[in-house]
Amino acid sequence: MSDHLIVRSIGPAAAIQDLGRPGFMSVGLTRGGASDPTALHEGAALLRQAPSSAVLEMAGMGGVFEASTKIRIALTGAVMDASIDGVSVQWNASHSVSAGSILKIGAMRQGNFGYLHVGGGFNTPSYLGTRGCHLSAGLGRLIQAGDQLPIGEDKGKDAGCHLVPEQRLDGGKIRFVRSMQSNKFDDATMTRFTKTKFRRDPRGNRQGIRMDFVGESFQSGGQLNIVSEVTIAGDIQITGDGTPFVLMHECQTTGGYPRIGTILPCDLNKVAQAPVGSLLRFELLTLEEGSAVQARANAVLSGLRKSVKPLVRDVSSIQDLLSYQLISGAISATDAPLD
Amino acid sequence: MTENLELQETWPQIKTVGLAGIIVTFSGALSEPANRAAIAFSAAVGEMEWGEIEESNSTLVSTFLRIDLSVHKSEPIIERLQELVDSKDWLSALLPTGRTLWRVPTLFGTGRAPQLAEAAEMAGRTVEQAITDLSTTRMRVLTIGFAPGQPYLGTLPEHWNLPRQTNITPNVPAGSLVTAVRQFCLFPYDTPTGWRHVGATGFLSFRPNSAHPFPLSAGDEMIFDPVSEAEFVQIESVDHSGNGGAQTEVLG
Repeated sequence: MSDHLIVRSIGPAAAIQDLGRPGFMSVGLTRGGASDPTALHEGAALLRQAPSSAVLEMAGMGGVFEASTKIRIALTGAVMDASIDGVSVQWNASHSVSAGSILKIGAMRQGNFGYLHVGGGFNTPSYLGTRGCHLSAGLGRLIQAGDQLPIGEDKGKDAGCHLVPEQRLDGGKIRFVRSMQSNKFDDATMTRFTKTKFRRDPRGNRQGIRMDFVGESFQSGGQLNIVSEVTIAGDIQITGDGTPFVLMHECQTTGGYPRIGTILPCDLNKVAQAPVGSLLRFELLTLEEGSAVQARANAVLSGLRKSVKPLVRDVSSIQDLLSYQLISGAISATDAPLD
Repeated sequence: MTENLELQETWPQIKTVGLAGIIVTFSGALSEPANRAAIAFSAAVGEMEWGEIEESNSTLVSTFLRIDLSVHKSEPIIERLQELVDSKDWLSALLPTGRTLWRVPTLFGTGRAPQLAEAAEMAGRTVEQAITDLSTTRMRVLTIGFAPGQPYLGTLPEHWNLPRQTNITPNVPAGSLVTAVRQFCLFPYDTPTGWRHVGATGFLSFRPNSAHPFPLSAGDEMIFDPVSEAEFVQIESVDHSGNGGAQTEVLG
């Protein structure tokens, strides 16, 4: 059997993901893919492999894993407690895991979606050309305890590196541009929308997330007689009672509620990772400004490898500090911990 | 005030959709010509093979072109689209050739489609008349959406303009033919719905494990041929392809 990762235990909402499955809109299938695509680029930079590699997305909580052989891993996205054979390891970093070692990923500290990457990517079955699970379309399934996740051939060697992730785990400013139905909302409503402090509502999933707020609702003219029209991830849909819902990557391909605008792809990560109750505010950009912001974000993602640095050991994070021969000076300040 | 603005709206309209693409909309309300225009325009743009367009999709009254607007400027593309829009009267355009006509064996009513009698009564028809209406109207795939492969089919005669029911039916099985607002939907999965369940078919509009997972395209036509319960059971026992005994012909 090929190299694989054995799943000893797993949270209720973990699935294999990738950058999605474009090209099927005309047959009713949205792109899908990871909730935080930036995390996929970060993991790929840490392991020096393609961002299209399949990863394990863990919503809310992680799991316990055992490697069948020595593998490289990277941990990105929502920050979670992680350890290898009981020794805690850094998030937003790459590590080596020996054959038979136990990788534990536990409670989530910040954000909603954490990612486990392996060198070579997960080599699970593909559906319609890619491996990412699209639950609302019935493609793939959630990962269960006892699963053995096959791992592709790892052509890389580097581990023990880290990067400083783009800040995106606690809500904040979300930039959007006007979309095809924005003109159904008058100027006063649009201004009020951009001045309102929203909180991420507990009602949300991979299809859409409700925005909670205090105050008058955001009604459009002619809200009830709109013809169903194409929807895309990032659309801010205003439902019949005037509440905004942000459509996420597994949204349907059409929808009958008007959209006040569309969030830039580079800021949709922030909505996905915003914890329940966190503050979100929407900032309207012109199409030209939005396009420039997104182009810069794309450039940052393609240059991420340059910001990957070797891990420096932080003494306070070494749990078995007393077992080291500190006096003789035989410890390196730059080696990969927990190799 | 917004209503006044809408009165002044003229069609077709070309608009950007976030940074995800450009949409050409042929009408503010669903109509047969606007749907035909959307399908024909989508095919015409496809033939142009513009490099900026990553995929195209026709919805009920629009053609959506997915274009990365963080890479490509919208104005020159909108100008070219405007030229194509102006090049002919899309509302009277012919549908593209090479579409498929599907004839799908359908069991109307019985315990397998329990809302036929209720729907017939609402439409002011006897059950027999209802079956004739529903099985002889040649329906067009107006668009595909909501679930993968799921067709919205139109258009039934005016007396079939039934509202959606206020209660949701918790589950109708895959292959169910349901109706509301002069349309049919044919569900690829077991699903809850507010549309009335009038027919059962063995036709699956999404076949994830097949070489051709999406049998239908917007613009295809469908006829739901009535069969007896015995014939339906026979088809179910021999056709496990997801085709449900359907026959096809290519429309010229």
